[in-house]
Amino acid sequence: MLDADFFHRWMTRTAASVDREAAHLTELDSAIGDADHGSNLQRGFTAVSAALDKEPPQTPGAVLMLAGRQLISTVGGASGPLYGTLLRRTGKELGDAPTVTVEELARALGAGVAAVAQLGGAQAGDKTMLDALLPAAEALGTSFEAARDAARAGALATVPMQARKGRASYLGERSIGHQDPGATSAALLIAALAATDGATGGDA
Amino acid sequence: MSADKQVGIVLVSHSGPVAEAVAALARGLAAGGATAPVAAAGGTPAGGLGTSAELIAEAARSVDGGVGVAVLVDLGSAVLTVKAMLAEGDELPDGAKLVDAPFVEGAVAAVVTASAGGDLAAVAAAASEAYDYRKV
Repeated sequence: MLDADFFHRWMTRTAASVDREAAHLTELDSAIGDADHGSNLQRGFTAVSAALDKEPPQTPGAVLMLAGRQLISTVGGASGPLYGTLLRRTGKELGDAPTVTVEELARALGAGVAAVAQLGGAQAGDKTMLDALLPAAEALGTSFEAARDAARAGALATVPMQARKGRASYLGERSIGHQDPGATSAALLIAALAATDGATGGDA
Repeated sequence: MSADKQVGIVLVSHSGPVAEAVAALARGLAAGGATAPVAAAGGTPAGGLGTSAELIAEAARSVDGGVGVAVLVDLGSAVLTVKAMLAEGDELPDGAKLVDAPFVEGAVAAVVTASAGGDLAAVAAAASEAYDYRKV
């Protein structure tokens, strides 16, 4: 079973990972975006960590709702409302249960990913974060490691795609050949989830 | 008093100067009576390019007279942030509405309509109709 502390550590680990990879994310974003993905997410997850540490929520759902809210208010770019919606919707689906199972998390994450697709009007193959999140949510039904690998493979699979959403879509064919920054950061989020599970012994 | 009965307009752009300038343009073209309240929410609080939920919420509160607030947006994160704030429920005043309209033309139509005493539905319709104004 996964408790509020597990979700708190997932978010903290994501923040550390985004910190470490911020320059890389911004570099990917400078090829097909407006070169702020790393710094924007870094600002957002720093705020998430601070808010969670200040007043740690008592349930998994509350952790994700608070994190999502922080991202929407602090990121400043499109990744804020998109990741904010992902976490908040997932948290809302988890409700106020004190602990949740991996199956419940997989189902809730699926709903969160669907909410992101609706907000951005995007689908699989559009070269967005969904190309990592959709396979990850699906694979989470199997295991954390499977979700991590699926997200990573999904992010790599965006390289030959032509962007159809967001700033990168204005580039048309010139967006081909570059890995999508949003799919890359989504893979970091899922890798942090798997690493958090590993750190607790993986018996969840 | 009558100014309180007008629909408020919020203009959300990635750029502070763009939001301010479009607000000034719309006010200028609506002049001739009591102009409806218009607030600009452009860029980040630090003055950079981007969207700030904080500035949007503040702008919406400042123009809310209790009869609705029409929110017009430009691109990408401006659209997504306002949608996410509306989904949140308590971030924007009751009666706040994201209006589907071209930013500059829609802002002028919205401010003129609101200044003339149009309700939120009329303001939203006028702003959306700006899409039908073809230039060639």
